[in-house]
Amino acid sequence: MQRRIRRLMAFGAIATVTGLALTACGSGFSEGGGDGASSDGALTSSDDSLTVLIASSGDAEAAAVRDAVASWSGDSGTDAEVSVASDLPQQLSQGFASGSPADVFYLSTDALAGFAENGSLLAYGDQLSETDDFFPTLVDSFTYDDQFYCAPKDFSTLGLVINEQMWQEAGLTDADVPTDWDGLSDVAAKLTTADHVGLAFGAEYARVGAFMAEAGGSLTNEDGTEATVDSDENVEGLTYVKDLITSGDAAFAADLGAGWGGEAFGTGKAAMTVEGNWIAGAMNADYPDVDYRVAEMPAGPGGQGTLQFTNCWGIAADSPNQQAALELVEQLVSTDQQLAFADAFGVMPSVQSAADQWKTDNPDSAAFLDSADFAVGVPTQQGAADVIADFNSQLEGLSSAEPADLLESFQSNYAAILP
Amino acid sequence: MSTTSPRVGRRARPGTASRGEATSGWLFVTPTIVILGLFLLVPMVMALWVSVSDWSGRGSPFSASVGFVGLQNYDDLVNGGGLAARDFGISLRNNAWYVVFVVPIQTAVSLFLAVLVNRQVLRGRGFFRTAFYFPSVTSSVAITVVWLFLFTQTGAVNRALSWLGIEGPAWFQDPSGVVHAALGAIGVTGPAFLTDHDLLGVSWWDWFAGPSVAMSAFVLMAVFTTSGTFMLLFVAALQNLGGDVQEAAMMDGANAWQRFWRVTLPQLRPTLFTVLTLGLIGTWQVFDQIYTGTQGGPAKTTLTPSYLSYTSAFAGQDWGRGAAIAFVLFAIIVVLTIVQRAVLRERPVSRRRMSLYEPTASTRKEARR
Repeated sequence: MQRRIRRLMAFGAIATVTGLALTACGSGFSEGGGDGASSDGALTSSDDSLTVLIASSGDAEAAAVRDAVASWSGDSGTDAEVSVASDLPQQLSQGFASGSPADVFYLSTDALAGFAENGSLLAYGDQLSETDDFFPTLVDSFTYDDQFYCAPKDFSTLGLVINEQMWQEAGLTDADVPTDWDGLSDVAAKLTTADHVGLAFGAEYARVGAFMAEAGGSLTNEDGTEATVDSDENVEGLTYVKDLITSGDAAFAADLGAGWGGEAFGTGKAAMTVEGNWIAGAMNADYPDVDYRVAEMPAGPGGQGTLQFTNCWGIAADSPNQQAALELVEQLVSTDQQLAFADAFGVMPSVQSAADQWKTDNPDSAAFLDSADFAVGVPTQQGAADVIADFNSQLEGLSSAEPADLLESFQSNYAAILP
Repeated sequence: MSTTSPRVGRRARPGTASRGEATSGWLFVTPTIVILGLFLLVPMVMALWVSVSDWSGRGSPFSASVGFVGLQNYDDLVNGGGLAARDFGISLRNNAWYVVFVVPIQTAVSLFLAVLVNRQVLRGRGFFRTAFYFPSVTSSVAITVVWLFLFTQTGAVNRALSWLGIEGPAWFQDPSGVVHAALGAIGVTGPAFLTDHDLLGVSWWDWFAGPSVAMSAFVLMAVFTTSGTFMLLFVAALQNLGGDVQEAAMMDGANAWQRFWRVTLPQLRPTLFTVLTLGLIGTWQVFDQIYTGTQGGPAKTTLTPSYLSYTSAFAGQDWGRGAAIAFVLFAIIVVLTIVQRAVLRERPVSRRRMSLYEPTASTRKEARR
């Protein structure tokens, strides 16, 4: 009898402690400012210092952002601290869940929808003093539910990167730089030797999608309400990629034992690759002896096309000092500052007013910026990353698959996540 | 038995133990209870709640705006029919094959190593024990990175294989299932009744794909890293075995092989249970290798439920689904452990088995002589 009472007491004690702890944990999440700030349009303002969370490609980027933020801090009198995330999506999620997120942060197109949906983000796009200067497709990439959420930080496009030495060895000249698919197939065949293939790129939508765009395909209709992944144009684009691969003149990077197209290209396993302007950094750092040139992606039956990737400067809805955060972002996306970033770590400015200067500074990479005219963004719907990942996992088997079948499963998965 | 010894009588009533002792007892376990409660029990209760709620990842899961959705998240996984269900099916398939290969191999290898280093005649036993145990104390992230280098297309493993005239695969890039490949080599391709029907969005034929080449590299790694730990458990158990039983078996004329299988191994049953259970739990929860190494690729063949749970929550912002996956995984581990317990329980020796131990006619005659 006595033992039972003691057991009950012990159980009761544990239950109480657990209950208390749960309450304590629950209250650890501050309820935050709610989304009141964004709905009535007034920004929060306080003396709180700002935290800036970035994902850095290397020391150069971290140092450049630190300098820029410190210089703004000096001018405005608001303290700001930059930290470099080791796993940005995870650290952002933790911040939003705890109610004390970083004030300003890098935000990818993948993550936009999820965070916008749960109200973590401040949709401040319309409060920027200057929005017309951004490339319009970049603004589209960060528009969710008809709200322009955040200022594009910089962007990248895909281009055709060519190994100069192999090009000359194959007896090709400037006039041979491919402008259409036939030209590309042609030079890929000429550049293929016993030692290397003509063209290599990653087996992922983020490369193959460029060919689908060149064929005139898109993933949704104009309004973005219906999936059009299994359109004839997309099938044509993917079939062209399959033909390239099965001809032996092109290969997926993984099949050459390389982690990505740049590695296959840098190590001389491929004479050409499809990559973005980030390849300049990799070539400088890892393969400084390889001489290369960049051309625009060749046109397909649907005209020129390529993919574009971008990140923006997000501001948290729970930030106690949104006013200062917005001022900081204005400074960070200003033309001069973007040119300074471009100089420091090789990105392309998101504003059109910096384009000419950038092309003058980086004549070899001008093709990447010129591609902005016909570049299309990658899908941003919530769950799109999973759908793309699924398509990527099937692309690896493209050479033995029917392009229409792959696109059909892509279509059904994609249709399921459209609003 | 119920002879009234006064000592037994006093022991049987814990309530009369001195009050001071009980207090200090509680005092000593309090830190553990608090820490376990705070970092284990509370998060588990929270995760359980999240798995049945529509929490979106912002603010407290216990705030008023978070709604109860019942088993919706679980239903999406099992009956959803969409990408979520298929990813879950794929991850279960991958992890099941991983378990099927890792658990028996690591148990056998660790037992073999234990018997080896337990032999009195072996010189430098200490050295070998340390060497075999070394991978277990190294961080799994570090080993994964080393593994990625060893198993590249032009890595050390393929170089070694080339000496034997074998052209190695591009390990971590190769998504082909080894069972499918083996069946393909003898000309078997998926029969229609297997390819046409599916479970969790994965066709029956694909359930039988076996671990991919990439997953096989992880299987080898798991065996390499954990065998040392379990070897230690077996060594401890072996050293607890009395020599008298061995001697008796020797006197009865059992050879070394028979002594191992009929005398030593049955005595190791409790340790075997521990090793199998720990192995089962560890292999169903494989995460760090995937996170550091392949992120689920190539072609999702190294996607595991724990990694899927992580990406669903942190990358997909679908926290309910992430938590639901974690609890399905929990249920799988509990059920399998119960099954294993039932299989390994102490049973009366069957007639067939008994006959192995009974003296045969010839040995009986010898004994009479």
